[in-house]
Amino acid sequence: MEPETALLFNAIIAGLLLGGFYAAVSVGVSISFGMLDVVNIAHPAFVILGSYIAYIVNDRMGFDPIVVSIVLSPLFFLLGSLLYRVYYICFEKRGQESLRGLAFFFGILFITEVALVLIFGVDYRFVQTAYSETTLRLGAIDFPMRLVVPFLVSVTMVVGIQLFLTHTFFGRAVLAVAQDTLALRLMGVNTFRVKEFAFALSIATAGVAGAFLIVIQPVQPAIGREYIGLVFAVCVLGGMGSIWGTLLGALVLGLAESFTSTFFGPSWAPAVSFGLLLATLAFKPSGLLGR
Amino acid sequence: MNQPLLQVSGVSKRFGGFTALDHVDLHVWPGERLGLIGPNGSGKSTLVNCISGTLRNEEGQIRFEGRDIGNERAHRRARLGLARTFQIPRPFSSMTVLDNLRIPLLYAARRRLGFAASHAGDEALQILEQVGLRDKAEVLSGRLTQIDMRKLELARAMAAKPRLLISDEALAGLSTSEVNDILGLLSELKAHGVAVIMIEHHMRAVMKFCERIAVLVAGRKIADGEPQAVATDIEVVTAYLGQ
Amino acid sequence: MSNRTFAAAAFAFGLALVYGSGFIGNEYFFSAAYTVLQFVILATAWNILGGYTGYVNFGSAAFFATGAYSSVFLYKALQPPLLVMIATGTLAAGLLGLVVGYLTLRMRGVFFAIATLALSVVLYTFVVNWDYVGGARGAYILQPHEVPFGLSSYIHFLYSAMVLMTVAALIIARAIERSTIGRGLAAIRDDELAAECSGVPTLRLKIFSATVSGALMGMAGTTFPYYLSYVEPSAAFNLSYAVNSIAMPLIGGMLSWLGPVLGAVLLGTALQVVQITVSSAWNLLIVGVLLVVFVTLAPNGIMGWVSAWRHRAARLERTG
Repeated sequence: MEPETALLFNAIIAGLLLGGFYAAVSVGVSISFGMLDVVNIAHPAFVILGSYIAYIVNDRMGFDPIVVSIVLSPLFFLLGSLLYRVYYICFEKRGQESLRGLAFFFGILFITEVALVLIFGVDYRFVQTAYSETTLRLGAIDFPMRLVVPFLVSVTMVVGIQLFLTHTFFGRAVLAVAQDTLALRLMGVNTFRVKEFAFALSIATAGVAGAFLIVIQPVQPAIGREYIGLVFAVCVLGGMGSIWGTLLGALVLGLAESFTSTFFGPSWAPAVSFGLLLATLAFKPSGLLGR
Repeated sequence: MNQPLLQVSGVSKRFGGFTALDHVDLHVWPGERLGLIGPNGSGKSTLVNCISGTLRNEEGQIRFEGRDIGNERAHRRARLGLARTFQIPRPFSSMTVLDNLRIPLLYAARRRLGFAASHAGDEALQILEQVGLRDKAEVLSGRLTQIDMRKLELARAMAAKPRLLISDEALAGLSTSEVNDILGLLSELKAHGVAVIMIEHHMRAVMKFCERIAVLVAGRKIADGEPQAVATDIEVVTAYLGQ
Repeated sequence: MSNRTFAAAAFAFGLALVYGSGFIGNEYFFSAAYTVLQFVILATAWNILGGYTGYVNFGSAAFFATGAYSSVFLYKALQPPLLVMIATGTLAAGLLGLVVGYLTLRMRGVFFAIATLALSVVLYTFVVNWDYVGGARGAYILQPHEVPFGLSSYIHFLYSAMVLMTVAALIIARAIERSTIGRGLAAIRDDELAAECSGVPTLRLKIFSATVSGALMGMAGTTFPYYLSYVEPSAAFNLSYAVNSIAMPLIGGMLSWLGPVLGAVLLGTALQVVQITVSSAWNLLIVGVLLVVFVTLAPNGIMGWVSAWRHRAARLERTG
């Protein structure tokens, strides 16, 4: 194979693999923002938190970070539940969600980042897994396991959530709440509980996605901020509240970043997600699968 | 010039697959009192939103004083003399009752009538006098009672000095005396040549107050005429009783 | 107090500060005061779009850096007088506010907020890759040898310029707040839909607000390169600008021009103290915690407390 073609195919594969991971990171926001209308811009903070927790356990006990994060996901679920209660009492009930809610989550994002800096410092942390060093080679195309494994688990998680939402009672309650809270309340459903559950689920996905992140690349506290644009870009691109849309948007973004990195240099990569977000917001806010 | 103040022709509005308005025609003459009734979900609020400009209709035309206003944003329509209230009152909660009225006075009425900004305060007090909120002028609007908020909603629409005022279910849940209060206010508007479209479920009030009634069911207008005629119209009765 | 009276009084006060500071020998004072004043301007500017209009801007750093880097660009290209640099930086940042506002203020406030976050990162990436203004390595700006107006030192001069810019910003903010436009902005903040239906040209006013807000934030950054004699992207785009410009109005009170001043002076001074005694990371943590505490428990800030207390006292007087 020609070297340029090989480069192209590798960029595509890397982009798709990364895209799957991006979907896992963003699916939580698709739920909290797309369905519940809660602007949790602190979502990446929980991802990074998940990364650091995975790092600690991996560093001390050598367990695989992804397994650890799945085992510990109930903790994030609880954390999400708590956070939603605070948000609800202070903001949603009073009807002040927009400005104050945003400032609140921004503060949370900020505190998390700075706290991590104070505890861990600004050095990059990484994990050791059985497969981090392995790369599968098919012809001229590389399949690095550190991308493949998170990709597989990510896609499984995202598809799992979609199935949960469409096929279980509670999942459908979440979808219903997204559409018409008042009607549900009139039918006697405790919408607060449903929303609390959904939000907690979104934070749980963040924690798990954090483990994926640290398998893919080393992390440091400030990385959370870079992911805000990415996460919202994915959700907006994919059309808010649609899980399939999130997956599609994530793949598009992964490919865009991969191409930019390969052909223009990695220093331009952060501009891609944010640039795409700005462009989408300005010109087609209803997303690719726009309604 | 003998043309309707408001002419709605063939207006349709769809939300995804759901048709909220299906080729609706409606007209209102200057100073006329038109009632708009229909079961819940029949599209009354959607129609109001399309007329006031908060929603865009996909098909049809809306003419105000002969002018096609379909492409005008809501604030322009307000400046042209088209005011509306909201079903659930939306006061400017950080402002006093008086300051609430300053907004439409300064932004809608002033453009058309050209009075000095410093007069707005007096104008506002006069309107508050009319609606009976004069003594609450300095109260924060977020703290009012339900009935007072409804009155404020109305006062705010009146402060825009409109030619047409659309009142969206202002009477819902009010006591008889409160209903009479509001109806009195709306009647006074007629004396000033202001046309009123009254959207209500309160049938007695509609029958008493309106000169003409239009009936909307499932996005379609099924009747339009004198109150007595409409009340006995077989389709209308079925539509209401058959719910 | 009319706008003219206030302007005259503020300007006189500013001149008094400038003149009076000539008796202070301690250079550190000018440095610290410069930083606090910078925050006063940023907080005041942010509040025009945030507190007055209800739209949160997370990208204060982008506007601040626009002011800073336009100065750097001019310095490298033409070396014009400082006043020209200030004017250009302010205009550039205002233009940025206009463009971003025009593109994103048609949507819900949430999307605008996210767009401003995106803006910071995109602009940062551009600057990092732009070698003419130094890119990631940064640029050196040499303070002139001659101190204008015969002041004691260049930092004294920068401080004085900052005082005057602060006065200008406060005059502008207060004038907007008390004008018809200010009422319109408040209506937008309270209920944008009702405002629109009451005749308020919401999009136009929002764009105006974003433009003025951006311009003033840029103004705050125009002398920054001279202050450090060196500018690099991570300093100009520092996250502290984003957080502080939100926290300070929140703490001081978002409904009037006095709130941001209060918040900036209180928090800014406190941060200066903490900076010397502890590290700057703790600085940021404190701001973050204060932000969250205030936004949940005292959303109207200190001014809100004061006014609520006054209302309660007045009510007691009436009934008692």
